[in-house]
Amino acid sequence: MANKTINIKLRVWRQNGPHDKGHFEEYELNNVPTAASFLEMMDLLNEKLISEGKEPVAFDHDCREGICGACSMYINGRAHGPATGVTTCQLHMRLFKDGETITVEPWRAKAFPVIKDLMVDRSALDEIIKAGGYISVNTGGAPDANTIPIPKDVASRAFDAANCIGCGACVATCKNSSAMLFVAAKVSHLALLPQGQVEAKERVKKMIAKMDELGFGSCTNTGACEVECPKGISIAFIAKLNREYLNANLMP
Amino acid sequence: MIKLDAKIPQGRLKEKWTNYKENQALVSPANKRKLDIIVVGTGLAGASAAATLAELGFNVKVFCYQDSPRRAHSVAAQGGINAAKNYQNDGDSVWRLYYDTIKGGDYRSREANVYRLAEVSSNIIDQAVAQGVPFAREYGGLLANRSFGGVLVSRTFYARGQTGQQLLLGAYQALMRQVNLGKIKLYPRTEMMNIVIIDGRARGIITRNLITGEIQRHFGHAVVLATGGYGNVYYLSTNAMGSNVSAAWKAHKKGAAFANPAFVQIHPTAIPQHGEYQSKLTLMSESLRNDGRVWVPKKVEDAKAIREGRKRPEDIPDEDRDFYLERMYPAYGNLVPRDVAARAAKKVCDEGRGIENNPTHEGVFLDFKYAIERLGRKVIEERYGNLFEMYEKITGDNPYETPMKIYPAVHYTMGGLWVDYELMSTIPGLFVIGEANFSDHGANRLGASALMQGLADGYFILPYTIQNYLADQITVKPIELSHPEFEKAEKEVRDHIKHLMSINGKYSVDHFHRQLGRIMWNKVGIVRNAQGLKEAIDEIRALREEFWKNVRVPGTADGINVELEKANRVADFFELAELMAIDALHREESCGGHFREEYQTEEGEPLRRDDLFMYVAAWEYKGDGQKHEWELNKEPLVYEETPIKVRNYKVAK
Amino acid sequence: MAGFLNSSIGKKFLMSISGLFLILFVGLHATLNSLLLIGPDTYNIAAHFMATNVFIKIMEPILALGFIVHIIYAFILEISNYYKRGPVRYAMTVRRHQSTWSSRNMIWLGIIIFVFLAVHLANFFWKVKFGGVPETTVNGVKMHDTYTLVVSLFQANIWIDLLYVLGAIALGFHLHHAFWSAFQTLGWSNEKWRKIWTTLGDIYAVIIAFTFGIIPLYFYFVK
Repeated sequence: MANKTINIKLRVWRQNGPHDKGHFEEYELNNVPTAASFLEMMDLLNEKLISEGKEPVAFDHDCREGICGACSMYINGRAHGPATGVTTCQLHMRLFKDGETITVEPWRAKAFPVIKDLMVDRSALDEIIKAGGYISVNTGGAPDANTIPIPKDVASRAFDAANCIGCGACVATCKNSSAMLFVAAKVSHLALLPQGQVEAKERVKKMIAKMDELGFGSCTNTGACEVECPKGISIAFIAKLNREYLNANLMP
Repeated sequence: MIKLDAKIPQGRLKEKWTNYKENQALVSPANKRKLDIIVVGTGLAGASAAATLAELGFNVKVFCYQDSPRRAHSVAAQGGINAAKNYQNDGDSVWRLYYDTIKGGDYRSREANVYRLAEVSSNIIDQAVAQGVPFAREYGGLLANRSFGGVLVSRTFYARGQTGQQLLLGAYQALMRQVNLGKIKLYPRTEMMNIVIIDGRARGIITRNLITGEIQRHFGHAVVLATGGYGNVYYLSTNAMGSNVSAAWKAHKKGAAFANPAFVQIHPTAIPQHGEYQSKLTLMSESLRNDGRVWVPKKVEDAKAIREGRKRPEDIPDEDRDFYLERMYPAYGNLVPRDVAARAAKKVCDEGRGIENNPTHEGVFLDFKYAIERLGRKVIEERYGNLFEMYEKITGDNPYETPMKIYPAVHYTMGGLWVDYELMSTIPGLFVIGEANFSDHGANRLGASALMQGLADGYFILPYTIQNYLADQITVKPIELSHPEFEKAEKEVRDHIKHLMSINGKYSVDHFHRQLGRIMWNKVGIVRNAQGLKEAIDEIRALREEFWKNVRVPGTADGINVELEKANRVADFFELAELMAIDALHREESCGGHFREEYQTEEGEPLRRDDLFMYVAAWEYKGDGQKHEWELNKEPLVYEETPIKVRNYKVAK
Repeated sequence: MAGFLNSSIGKKFLMSISGLFLILFVGLHATLNSLLLIGPDTYNIAAHFMATNVFIKIMEPILALGFIVHIIYAFILEISNYYKRGPVRYAMTVRRHQSTWSSRNMIWLGIIIFVFLAVHLANFFWKVKFGGVPETTVNGVKMHDTYTLVVSLFQANIWIDLLYVLGAIALGFHLHHAFWSAFQTLGWSNEKWRKIWTTLGDIYAVIIAFTFGIIPLYFYFVK
């Protein structure tokens, strides 16, 4: 099984910089091992392009184990490709058929401009965190970690939210390019914990204001984000975010 | 010859850090504003240091090659973080954590540094919890702990299998808060290309913007490197694709000594390589060894049949299976430390009993059949469900039905730039923290201690010690970027890039990197010997020459050029690789991750030679850029208060 | 408060509140309509009560406001969201398994409902308010004979009936997403309640669509 290979056709978005119009290019790639990951297949493509004197396809990637959130491809009409609960680097070629044409596009959203080919600028997500996605404590002076007991299920639920890797698949998938799942994950993670409740109201206001300012759309509760989220973050956290936001604005 | 002054403070071990802090120089709040600090790298060490320095009032510039600081490879650490909290009332203490660390490192680390690490470990947990890191908890709401890596106490804090991610997010958020407050200026997608030394002090760096290709100069009163380890010299490792040694290496070539480069930790449980095209190795949590039994077939022909797909592992009856860890180390069995498990796996594969169908046949089974029989599938599912799922996604095999395949992989590098007690390198003003320094782990790192060290350095040690250096720097005005040394350093970078781009050879960077990796893995890997190391040195030199003649970097330098980035990094790996082999050759003993075949006991256990090698090997670069040479400097390791023992896993402690 | 109403969540809040109000209204409306199936007098008495009740009189402009807010904000959000997608669209998207058809097409369902609503207002509301409705006497009280108005319309033209059925179906699909979504936007949801809201919403949607849809067909084919 380890030696099985397939031949594929690739339709890859090529765009030489943010101001280039961009277009699809088609490539044929033969003898792709089915045990290879999608990014390893892209490596093979690039190696081939380099050997032909062409420019390799630019794409973001780093840890290649599904945790850093760098990889970001829209494959055959889905963020991170046809498998659920994985990032592109965890997608393997055994999920594709021999002779299949695979369409690869960059994340598309106004807030994520294309830098080159499949590489997009996701610094807007950092901007949102920068606006308030933290607990304002300086180093030192923290009380003993066991001073505040936190119920096991609360800690666990906070973790479910904190699990977000910031890859942006939610934005890429949403028909409105909304970043609500991303914001919801951080707001919920911190608001669920007693340490984070102190500045919960300020935090949610600042983060939502920044999210709106940066050109993300609004949430229409289609739920597509949670389906494509590689970490399976639930849109129940979006309800939590709405609750936090309404509470911050409408309650005394 | 450089003078290696570790600057260890006076007093008893437990008083040293307190003494240091009480007597060190500090910078007044008004003066902190006037001082610029450069931090390279945004992993646990870099992000925590940058955030803390900014909170104190310094002006900080932070650089990372990733598109966001949150993606630094600390994010991938799974297991947990140690701290001497003794929350479990099981007899843990600062001393015990200290002693476990120094003993685990085979007495090749500095007593005072390691003790300080154990001392501040508790503060890290407090800080992380205050930041909102969702550590695992008990039903009563207090923090949960587990035992990790075979130690006798439960002192490891964890957040599911993603402790590194959660701790990094805490540090990243603290960092972003300071960016928001204007105390930190952030430069993502920016790689450090060179260091600027003025009048013998580190005063700045030269960077390349990975999007525009722009080369920039940055001044700092001090420079902090938090650039991680160099495991990617092996091509295949559990490191991220972009992890590299370049920043540290550039500093090394400008005068920073590189210590113990041969000390590399090889993790026993990664998924084996499955083909030539493979880009990285994925770790499977070490916790799997708690319930899985490691084996290979007793007969070479069975192993061959499995590799060729003629037999399945399930077809091999128990009596034909060699549970080699249980056989060789009856007291610890499958739970022997990482280095021991790694060597044993290599041994059985060298005998032709490896089971993976890859070019080197490297792979052994980790079988859960017995645990499922004993505990039931449900229990195993609860304990390892996520890991099994991940394994199935990657390999397509279902570990409930067929044994997992595992093999050791390069994981962590204990070696790095030499630093003194203040975490300053041999270049004044250049500080090195986290995995990038030669660190507190000696010849081998304990599980769950990497996160601890990175955060200890960043949150609680560097922010103090750097002030001792900066206190008399307040009168130094920011140096103009037009200073000749900046000019010179930038020119070196431009020449280097121009050279790489002009070779226009036949082969891709990866082509060379893969070959380099193979030499390193085979000859400077799990097991080493003099002959192999000598061969490795010659082969590395020859391949490096070939690289500089025949590498092809397509495209241009003024824009995104991933091949150029790789070429820059691999060029440095080639030089480091040689030094690693030289260091491994000179260290005629076996200790921790460094196992020399010539130096083992009759039972095949590592033979440490404390009389000859109880020192830090700090290598000083003496080359001229073309021909590389190094001079060995020794920092003797003096254990004033620590009893020295020999590890033995044949019998229980 | 102005900042709140201009935020993305604030606008969604208005959609949710106005939507919930309209959900209540269609429920009431459908209940009333079902009386058509009982007989002329019952229906006319109920209609008369509704037309003369003070509470209803007060609610009428609020209802109108509810519609207007819901419709205006729907367009504001839809158009703004369209541009947030960026200049280039995906060449290939597979959305089937990600989200329900209704959730992605709320604006189109809304537009169908809006067209229907215009016709519907012209057919009945206009006539009742501004004359042209025959009168009748039930239990000695003189009142509009809305029953005859309705029945004669539904018996006159199959196309009108089909438009009403289409409107009912569109409303049903709209509610299929709208019901739970309104609670989600208000933050009154989590994994457990989401199931409850979607189930309740689907039951409600089917009842409403069925009630509204069956009446014109009943009068055209049965009566």
